[in-house]
Amino acid sequence: MIKKNIPKERRIILKYADDPGYSNKMNCYLKNGGYKMLKKAIKMKPDEIGEEVLKSGVRGRGGAGFPAGMKWKFLDRKSGKPIYLICNADESEPGTFKDRQIMYKDPHQLIEGMMIAAYAIQAKQAFIYIRAEFFEGARILEEAIAEAKAKKFCGDKILGSSYSCDLIVHRGAGAYICGEETGLIESLEGKRPNPRIKPPYFPAVLGLYQCPTIVNNVETLCNVKHIMQMGGEAFSKIGKPNNTGTRIWCVSGHVKKPGYYEFECGALTLGEMIYDICGGLLPGRTLKAVIPGGSSSKVLRADERFTGKLKDGTEFDWGIDDIPLDFDGPASVGSMSGSGGIIVMDDTVDMVEAMANINAFYAHESCGQCTPCREGSLWMRKITKRMCSGDARKEDADLLLSVANQIEGRTICAFGEAASWPTQSFIAKFRGEFQDKAKHGSSKPKLQLI
Amino acid sequence: MISNGKPSTINIILDGKEVEVPAGINLVEAAGIHGTEVPHYCYHPQLSVAGNCRMCLVEMGTPMRDRATGEAVLDENGIQKIGWVPKPVIGCGTNVSPGMHVKTKSSMVTESREGIMEFLLVNHPLDCPICDQAGECRLQEFATDYGRGYSRYVERKNVKPKRTKLGPRVTLDDERCILCSRCIRFCQEVVDDDVLGFVDRGSFSTLTCFPGKELSNNYSLNTVDLCPVGALTSTDFRFKMRVWFLKESPSICVESSAGSNILVSSREGKIHRITPRRNDSVNDSWMTDSGRVLYKKVSSDSRLLSASVSGNASSLTEAISAASEMFKDKKLGVVGSCKSSVEEQYLLNKLSKNLKAKKFLRGHFGKDDGILLSADRTPNLRGNLVTGFSNKYPSDQLSDLSISIQKKQVNALLVIGEDLSESGVDLEDLKSIPIVFLGTHQNATADFSDVVIPTLTSFEKSGSFINRSFRLQSFKQAIPGPVGLLPDLHVIASLINALCEDAEQSSDLASIWKQMSKSRTNPLHGLIFSKIPGDGLQLDGSKWNSLPFIEKKAMHFSPLKQLQKSKI
Repeated sequence: MIKKNIPKERRIILKYADDPGYSNKMNCYLKNGGYKMLKKAIKMKPDEIGEEVLKSGVRGRGGAGFPAGMKWKFLDRKSGKPIYLICNADESEPGTFKDRQIMYKDPHQLIEGMMIAAYAIQAKQAFIYIRAEFFEGARILEEAIAEAKAKKFCGDKILGSSYSCDLIVHRGAGAYICGEETGLIESLEGKRPNPRIKPPYFPAVLGLYQCPTIVNNVETLCNVKHIMQMGGEAFSKIGKPNNTGTRIWCVSGHVKKPGYYEFECGALTLGEMIYDICGGLLPGRTLKAVIPGGSSSKVLRADERFTGKLKDGTEFDWGIDDIPLDFDGPASVGSMSGSGGIIVMDDTVDMVEAMANINAFYAHESCGQCTPCREGSLWMRKITKRMCSGDARKEDADLLLSVANQIEGRTICAFGEAASWPTQSFIAKFRGEFQDKAKHGSSKPKLQLI
Repeated sequence: MISNGKPSTINIILDGKEVEVPAGINLVEAAGIHGTEVPHYCYHPQLSVAGNCRMCLVEMGTPMRDRATGEAVLDENGIQKIGWVPKPVIGCGTNVSPGMHVKTKSSMVTESREGIMEFLLVNHPLDCPICDQAGECRLQEFATDYGRGYSRYVERKNVKPKRTKLGPRVTLDDERCILCSRCIRFCQEVVDDDVLGFVDRGSFSTLTCFPGKELSNNYSLNTVDLCPVGALTSTDFRFKMRVWFLKESPSICVESSAGSNILVSSREGKIHRITPRRNDSVNDSWMTDSGRVLYKKVSSDSRLLSASVSGNASSLTEAISAASEMFKDKKLGVVGSCKSSVEEQYLLNKLSKNLKAKKFLRGHFGKDDGILLSADRTPNLRGNLVTGFSNKYPSDQLSDLSISIQKKQVNALLVIGEDLSESGVDLEDLKSIPIVFLGTHQNATADFSDVVIPTLTSFEKSGSFINRSFRLQSFKQAIPGPVGLLPDLHVIASLINALCEDAEQSSDLASIWKQMSKSRTNPLHGLIFSKIPGDGLQLDGSKWNSLPFIEKKAMHFSPLKQLQKSKI
């Protein structure tokens, strides 16, 4: 038997996080070369940093994968209004737990990255919007910021320069929708986190308090520090073109070693991740499906064949194991890498039950502002819940699909897609299971139309 | 946007047809101008855009341009390609741009509307038979126009609070609420009384008042009009009348000089409610709660229903001839009214002039609320200026009347509606002289008048008022007056004919206007009553600039002096 070449982790962001003895305290961070990049950055021209970030090609790690340098370019600098930087630490996508590691174990890396970013966009004020459930994380960040302020790494006259930027930790109140950037901004303003309509409320022009605002994910902002360290050019060589840098993948579900793993983009395939890195499935189980990028990405069936053309023109013919883990890999098979939350499901999973679980989440988290998502998400939950309690009908699969189609593309924010993609893909790929539910007949008296 | 006095226009392609629309407006309005309805719930032309109902989704595309060079991208026929947005866009939140293509009837749009309608109805109670909104419900209308016509929903509907009292005048049924947020935006943006909000989330979102607050501002009933469904209902009107039985007559609110445009809804001669009528130059789509209850005075117990002479009931003709007998060879004093119509004031002025009577006028004043309740609590003070009944600003007293009586300059009195006892006039003085009272309601003056001639309320007659911005607005009779009563115009005309030599005064509105509009120096010059537009006519009031008008800056109103300053 040929010994397989198992891909190795390349830790940039989580380089020290899990080292024995490494703590989230300032002295530990400084010992490992911390804040050197901020010192370097503060002597540069802000635009130069922006150029480096653009050159690096780093894409947003929050889910949409939009190039961060480009986002900064869109910033309206001529308005004369103050500019704000917000770190989106509302990590709530089911299956995702990467930002938590950074904030809990290496908060100073985030602070350094943020202050470099704040300086680059000349932000007047920076915020970390952290989800309510991370109360320990908020405490750690508060402590770290106090330490950083004492050493002049943030706050007034950073490192003796003329640039000042305060950093504030704001805790959410427990809502998934606050991860949507305009919802987050509304929440930060003290309102209900109803996402704003775009146009006209693009954060880079009319963001927090109607001022130009940049909202970046925790991992993205940490990357800014490393882009400073190695230069945009060198950073862009990590990974693959258009998929630069490393990504932290969060694997959960029916594997032997679930957890978070940092790899260069495209360094390994989904199969290698499941079987080589995570130790494979539990004994006696077979792979049934994988959700590759957090619960809102479309599910992939284990026995599917994916064919098509990549952006660079090369044709591919992949099984589920062959999908490269980067931004474009999952996207080219009709799903997305999203927030990097890989959910593995084996043959013990009842797909209708799984669907019911996901639908329950979205129905609970819909903000209720716009009609399709508000009514559609709850309706889908009611259908799948009924199906799981023995009252499935043969037309339910089609109905679910139709409801999901009525949501997609018609909502104010991307939550509509997040809520409808799972249903669309579950029905498309596991229609049989949904129809089988109806075969067993109802355990209860026939439903009455209300 | 304004050049050569005309708003600039652009061309868009609406459902394949090139049409001209004003620049800068949104797609709902643009389509509306050309007779294409884009259904919507949350959008309201006088509130901010929320974009949450998603009913106004349309397909939109713009002429394609190369991103790098900015040049037009052409197809094989040399025509500029259209970059269609792959998803439907909201009509309310999308503004027109030159060359924009809009489809309002494509399959994508039809399907979107069907989907949204279905979603809106899944948790909406189907209680139209007992719902007050039935008949004027957008949900009903659009469900028939754009819905599928059947339901696929077999689950249980959400349960929410019913019959919540949001305030003294508004009752809420949360189950019917479609969460369009119009009422919330109205309270925030128009009244600046932020009391409404949503609690809970998702489909369980519920409209409510913030803790410890209630919807009690004087504009609360506008939320009922704004509500596209039967969620917010008027506690006063609830369950009283089916709206399809109501006849709607355009009228003007008589509460104050703001002159809000209103619709009077009546059935078989009985008024059931008053609602605002849109006029973007006066009251937008709003009116005060206090103005809505004025119809109750029509059938109040103190309403004067029959004429009387010396305390004995008489016919109207007898009372009129008794009055004219009384005034013969007397030094007549006429107490006019700021509540009379322009036409009535004109005739009264004519009568006074012919009989060389002394004219008196008082105002009724309160506090400005900065919106639609002005400090001048009469609808037509400016009518007295324009018709020449008075040339000075009235005080809220009639002290000069007492003096005139004491000096024997006046020894008979014709009073239009005013209560002299509340106007600083000594009642002892009045006892010595004959008084004729024309009015709609009983008051102390009516009680001791020698002749009482009952007249009609503004709902029962036609005429015009001039509001605080010198805007002439006409109102039409909504309901018939009480049996046997005649319009004030008829009564005054009869007095003129009886008392003035050779007078042949008609009480017909058209002929009164013919007389009124003759004078070239009068702002009414050349106007014809029937030609006054529905939204009124701006008069030139600069002649009276120097008068101390009491109204402060408010909705669509700046005091004259300020107005002129800003023009310079």
